[in-house]
Amino acid sequence: MESDTELLVALRAGDERAFVTLVNRYQGSLLRVARTFVPSDAVAEEVVQDTWMGVVRGINRFEGRSSFKTWLFRILVNRARTSGVREHRHLSVDPTVPAVSPDRFDRSGAWAEPIIPWESDVDDRLLAESWGPALRSAVDTLPGLQREVVLLRDIEGLPAENVCAVLDISEGNQRVLLHRGRTKLRTVLAAELQARGKS
Amino acid sequence: MNLLRRREDLVCRQVAELVNDYLENVLPRTERKRFERHLAGCPNCAAYLEQIRTTIATIGRLTPDDFNPEVSQEFTELYRAWRNEGPALADEPG
Repeated sequence: MESDTELLVALRAGDERAFVTLVNRYQGSLLRVARTFVPSDAVAEEVVQDTWMGVVRGINRFEGRSSFKTWLFRILVNRARTSGVREHRHLSVDPTVPAVSPDRFDRSGAWAEPIIPWESDVDDRLLAESWGPALRSAVDTLPGLQREVVLLRDIEGLPAENVCAVLDISEGNQRVLLHRGRTKLRTVLAAELQARGKS
Repeated sequence: MNLLRRREDLVCRQVAELVNDYLENVLPRTERKRFERHLAGCPNCAAYLEQIRTTIATIGRLTPDDFNPEVSQEFTELYRAWRNEGPALADEPG
């Protein structure tokens, strides 16, 4: 598979096949992130199309200081914001609100019920295959910024500092949002495992 | 000394809120030590940490929905149109 860098070189030279390859590589990711900002799939598609236009027209100004992926998501988020869509950037994130429900603990702060380890043969590859759809829809129901952070960090694999830059949030907020998102998704997986008698 | 140490010890409720900071490697050194000290003596929290690790690995294996190849043609045409229009004025810097 050609790297992004190789494709960018080809794209700069006007290779339309390189462009379509990049579109195929990132379209799903872009749509998913765009959808967290806008009220409908149709608007998300417009924002993503706008993003690709930004790539084609801005390619000669991309200096490679960030990865292509970070640059791409940065364009996407800027486009989404200028579409006059849902704005939740400046919601304050209260770090003192716990992610794990207080009901799970006794008065001393210890777990009220024991945590039963997931079976050692439950590896993440099998989990992703079997419960991918449940997990995916759980990701889709996370609140906006939590979803964006989880998508960019844990699905797209961007480093924390790039996620902060793309979403224009502080490092502290990024951490709190990631923690809340992951905690919820663990709960979903635990429930799935239990429901299927594997917990 | 014993009393002081006990007061400094984390309880499970606190550990559960620190797991991701621990995995992100952003806990200050003393906090990290307290976290690990609790973990060493608490199978519940050790299991919880493992579950969070598995969760993260599982999320990482989700792939974006397969992209419908029918739009390739559409994007080839868009590409040609955009290229012919030339670069935009001020846009996102690299």
